[in-house]
Amino acid sequence: MKTWLERQRHLIDFTLASLARRKARNLGLVAVFALLVFVLASVMLFTHALRHEAKAVLRDSPEIILQRLVAGRHDLIPPGYLDTIGRIRGVQNKQGRLWGYYYDPVVKANYTFMVPPEGGIEPGTLVVGPALERERGIAENNGISFRSYNGQLFAFTVAKVLPRTSELVSADLVLMNEADFRAFFKYPAGHYTDIALAVANPLEVRNIANKLANALPDSRPILRDEIQRTYASMFDWREGLMLALLSAAILAFAILAWEKASGLSAEEKREIGILKAVGWETGDVIRMKLWEGGLVSLTAFLLGYVAAYAQVFYFHAPLFEPVLRGWSVIYPRFELAPVIDGLQVATLFFFTVFPYMAAILVPIWRAAVTDPDAVMRA
Amino acid sequence: MIELRDVRKVFNEGQHNEYAALSGISLTIEPHRVTALRGPSGSGKTTLLTLIGCLARPTSGRVSLHGRDISGLPERFLTEIRRKTFGFVFQQFNLIKGMSALENIMLPAYPTGRPHKELKARAGSLLERLRLSHRGGAKVEWLSGGEQQRVAIARALINDPEVLIADEPTANLDTALAKEFLALLERFGEEGRTVILTSHDPLVVESAAVHRVVDMRDGQIVSE
Repeated sequence: MKTWLERQRHLIDFTLASLARRKARNLGLVAVFALLVFVLASVMLFTHALRHEAKAVLRDSPEIILQRLVAGRHDLIPPGYLDTIGRIRGVQNKQGRLWGYYYDPVVKANYTFMVPPEGGIEPGTLVVGPALERERGIAENNGISFRSYNGQLFAFTVAKVLPRTSELVSADLVLMNEADFRAFFKYPAGHYTDIALAVANPLEVRNIANKLANALPDSRPILRDEIQRTYASMFDWREGLMLALLSAAILAFAILAWEKASGLSAEEKREIGILKAVGWETGDVIRMKLWEGGLVSLTAFLLGYVAAYAQVFYFHAPLFEPVLRGWSVIYPRFELAPVIDGLQVATLFFFTVFPYMAAILVPIWRAAVTDPDAVMRA
Repeated sequence: MIELRDVRKVFNEGQHNEYAALSGISLTIEPHRVTALRGPSGSGKTTLLTLIGCLARPTSGRVSLHGRDISGLPERFLTEIRRKTFGFVFQQFNLIKGMSALENIMLPAYPTGRPHKELKARAGSLLERLRLSHRGGAKVEWLSGGEQQRVAIARALINDPEVLIADEPTANLDTALAKEFLALLERFGEEGRTVILTSHDPLVVESAAVHRVVDMRDGQIVSE
């Protein structure tokens, strides 16, 4: 065992010396390889973190949202619907929600106006999202006015700005009092935008959705799981799109790395011949070269992955954010929680380090099995 | 003792450019003696050396070491014999550029798994013996021809082999350096080491350090 360890140590020593001797080539190889890993890992980390974030946000959302449809379009919930739902077993809590969109021509952006279910907002005041604070340059206690859809001007005071930590979902949010909301949008009394339902037993969610559809045939129940799936597929789609856009560059880098890694120079072949002649076995030569490839590819993988991690979680992914995140008009600014998915790391490792090792193995094997007497006749 | 019985070596066998480098060589090399293979270029000296040193296998015939037939052994076993029994000094020295003299000397011992400290000490003592201690850390491409040869000799001796094989050892040396090599050769003879070398340099083959000269021509032994 000790001899084996010493042997490996000698091989690593020789490998490191070999790498140092061909500094320019190896540094170039590490740079190209690391860049490749950086691009792939950035896209993967960013979309994974977004998915994670969306999931975390949706965790607290209601199990079912009920909307009413008229001619296939979303319409207001008329009075009486909440009472009908009250008779369905399994529904723990039900609440009519009031929300809508408002286009602000000043910043050419859409806001989401909403009445918080728990209330608590004084008439004539607003609680606004951080993007509004930024875009409109407003702060607490400032006045702000909006012209409603019928042309009437409404003036409000900003009571509070929502914290940045929730910006993914609250960037363009404007929370207001119910009376203000109804007056601003001319919402009829007793009508709601939709209904949020809490269901105690997660296994019952689908059954309750069916019951709702039967009891209120003009309504559409939307399950939280479905929203989560939609988010997931949207981020998957964006990730795929990004990777497709980058595929040409990725392929070019991959070919470059393959080309550089798989070709043995005349000097390297000569060295292999010398090593064999002085008593190295074919296996020793292959092991040494595998150490070499392993060190190059692992270093590059780590460098690329760490750089991608830093780019995504510390520098807010400036390279890929516009495509991958996408939002309405006002972009939320938010801190992504650093999340690493082990399977994703393993996948990336498998598709980068393994092909590299395969690329170097064949030419090395071919050089290593040549007769050692070639060196005598050279 | 090394014995060759009716050894043939054919290159590119069965092809239009088939070439017999050795035909019917039978030779016994006594231990603890310096044997020189002499002959013109193309006479088969180097090929014979590669067969003796387990760098290649004969096309037919037998090569035996201490009575054990080694001509049919698989490569792995041949490598082990080569590493343990033979030390090689190549005509072009074949040192690895970019590495120091000391590192080059230690190379053949890496697969043995001997502790690094021990190897370094052994390489250092060989350098000292060859009056090259001051150049141990120098990269081999910075060394003179004579120094490079001494590094190659030290490398050949790192595993303390029974047999030292040298291919045209003075071909790249001037007279003064060739004489220095002969002095070393004499020392190896005195130490009782078996040395087999090829040369057509009269300075070498006619020196007192060489105990036996085998003449070759056209892949055959012509006289002893």
